[in-house]
Amino acid sequence: MAFLGFLRQRKADDLSGGAKADLGILVFENTSEVIRAESVLKHDGWEVRVMGPPPEVRSGCDLVIEFPLIEELNILRALKEAEVPPLQVVPVNSPLLQPVDLFQTKDFGRYFMVRAANMKLTVDKETQIIVNISGGGCPDVPYLAHEMVGKSLVDAPGPGEIGHTLCGYALQLAYEEMARQCSQW
Amino acid sequence: MLAVVGTVPDEAFPLVGGEVHLEKDRIRVCERQVPVNRGTPALLAAVIKAGEVLGLPPPLAYLVGDIGLGHGSRRLYDHLVRHLKRSPAGVITFHYLQPDVDWHNKVLFAVQEMHPRPVLVADAGFMYAAKMSGQSQAYELFTPDAGELAFLSDEEAPHPFYTRGFILHDENRIPDLITRAYEHDNAARYLLVKGRKDRIASREGIHAVIDSPMVESLEAMGGTGDTLTGIVSTLIASGTETLAAATLAARINRLAGHYARPTPASQVMEMIAYIPRAMEEVLKNREKGGIK
Repeated sequence: MAFLGFLRQRKADDLSGGAKADLGILVFENTSEVIRAESVLKHDGWEVRVMGPPPEVRSGCDLVIEFPLIEELNILRALKEAEVPPLQVVPVNSPLLQPVDLFQTKDFGRYFMVRAANMKLTVDKETQIIVNISGGGCPDVPYLAHEMVGKSLVDAPGPGEIGHTLCGYALQLAYEEMARQCSQW
Repeated sequence: MLAVVGTVPDEAFPLVGGEVHLEKDRIRVCERQVPVNRGTPALLAAVIKAGEVLGLPPPLAYLVGDIGLGHGSRRLYDHLVRHLKRSPAGVITFHYLQPDVDWHNKVLFAVQEMHPRPVLVADAGFMYAAKMSGQSQAYELFTPDAGELAFLSDEEAPHPFYTRGFILHDENRIPDLITRAYEHDNAARYLLVKGRKDRIASREGIHAVIDSPMVESLEAMGGTGDTLTGIVSTLIASGTETLAAATLAARINRLAGHYARPTPASQVMEMIAYIPRAMEEVLKNREKGGIK
């Protein structure tokens, strides 16, 4: 029971911390865009909330939208389709954090692998067919692998088109870096 | 009994809970079949193969379809909160689920109402939620890869995608990252860090480094981390102490990969077929005293 007490205390402690750790903020140029974006997202069923921006956010207007960060890719796609893309997207707890921009590559001879954050994409250099996708922990990773593996980089649907989560977003970056590398071969 | 909680990449797949069986390259649960490619089905296939060697009953699985929208995961979380109390699971492995801190905490409370309390293993999305919730210490084992370890070690990061650049995903820095993860209480009792070298660590430091056989192609193959998590979960469910289970599992997974003679284009089912052979060999060597 000691553990339960510990857990309850942690939960109480986390109400302003851990409970917000999986949220992000969408920053817009003006209030009318915030209102439109909120309407679009609520209409699509997302749990979002309009609030004041944290002090670290120095761009945009006086209102921001709080949203489930893990679904950033899906939400950005919806806002882009509605023609209200945000100026900036940041995590609630650490607004200064930026998406990973470091890539690691590995040349296996016939095959080439690119890693971005927790996602790895491997292609056959001769055919440019995607032969493997690995890493990641969000449920769209097995789905993306199912849809993309066995198809060429040109023919495969991009993770930015069919992915939904931050893992999908990381795979999109690996996919773009792979396309850049392939153009140099 | 081992229970595995995860998702399959088919939005139409219903929420199911029941014993899982492996039939050729598909798992079957509640008369539903799912191909073994990667993710939770690959983990379950490895569990079944490893369990056959150890004479264990088939695992119990709680599965739902989810392609990243999170709808299935949330239905599964809700189901767990209402039904876990009556689960016979002694070990629960949480896997590919939409990370959600609130639901994570509710599930952890439900686990706490189980008697006896099960041993908890977390990988993939549920491990992300466990770290974000600040409750990593409730877990016996996390099984991150290098990128995920960097996330665990970055106390600010809400996801591997937002891990700060100064925490490079560099194999050479893994011991430092392990230390940092424990300093900020963002690691389970044990870590099995999957990579070019597999490392088993706790707050006391690195206990074992497994680096042979070295099969370069495995890094590219989707699902090899899932099989490793499946094997170690099975060994823990068999009563093996976690540290020994993690060390043995790393050896077994590597050896199965070695026997499969993979290329970077190989698919994980090719390797899963060799798990029994690898497991028998590793356990036999252990009995002879070759492996501690």
